[in-house]
Amino acid sequence: MWTVLLLTSALSFAIKWFGHAVPERWLSNSRLQRINALVPISLLSALVVAQGLVLKTHVVIDHRVAGLLAAVAALFAKAPFPVVVVVAAASSALVYHWH
Amino acid sequence: MPTTRSLTIRDALSVSLTVGAYGVAFGAASVAAGFSVLQTCLFSLLTFTGASQFAAVGVVASGGAAASAVAAASLLATRNALYGIQLAPLLRVKGLRRLAASHLTIDESTGVALSQIARGTDAMRAGFWFTGVGVFVFWNIFTLLGAVGAKALGDPASWGLDAAVPAAFLGLVWPRLTTNRLRVVAGVSMIFTLLVTPWLPAGLPIIASVVVAVGFGWSK
Repeated sequence: MWTVLLLTSALSFAIKWFGHAVPERWLSNSRLQRINALVPISLLSALVVAQGLVLKTHVVIDHRVAGLLAAVAALFAKAPFPVVVVVAAASSALVYHWH
Repeated sequence: MPTTRSLTIRDALSVSLTVGAYGVAFGAASVAAGFSVLQTCLFSLLTFTGASQFAAVGVVASGGAAASAVAAASLLATRNALYGIQLAPLLRVKGLRRLAASHLTIDESTGVALSQIARGTDAMRAGFWFTGVGVFVFWNIFTLLGAVGAKALGDPASWGLDAAVPAAFLGLVWPRLTTNRLRVVAGVSMIFTLLVTPWLPAGLPIIASVVVAVGFGWSK
């Protein structure tokens, strides 16, 4: 736990500082920039399903799906972030207790 | 020009408060993943880049190895380096102030700074510092509240916290999906992750999804 915390913090800071310290041309490669722009989308999308539809190494459908569907509905309704999270939690908890 | 400055500060404050409130979700997610309240608060103080923090505790929660958690978080943080490249010629700071500027380089401080361009360089600088410090303060306060709250609630599934975390990721990626191409990237990433899940150790499918970003980013 501490390893994750300290290494993540150290690397995150190093990455931020790197950007402020290097000459601009170093990272101006356009392919690198295109890929870098897509990396958050891929990782965050992967995290949605890895957290919502996976138990250890198995794909499962459980109460969390109700939460995810509610979140999608809230996002389509342009609800702000905290509302999306609360609606998802409430829907999931409801299904969890119902079973 | 007091009005310009106060408009910039208003932008900075509204962003700080809204984003800071996400800290509750992080605090709760981190405690649900098994981190202590102290560790959770240190995450927000030291890592201070929201999506990466969510990723680190998310991978731990799904049973992934420490290396997978750190790698996922760091990959998400690489965009901060690109922000720094844009901000450095604007801020023109050295030494300790550069270290402070680096730590405060996140989506929101960069976003507000760049959005002030019509108001001039001073407004852009003010936008960066006020948003950076503002988000830092609120993010840490709300992280503590979320962590303490989740600790008091007990079983994460009973209160839907296990669904709140993926919903938070969805909420983070949703506003980025501004074109059909980006929606395809998101969809393919999700399908790819589910397909490789049975074949890789927990946590690795998340990092493997970067293959999709590389594939789509490689050409055009």
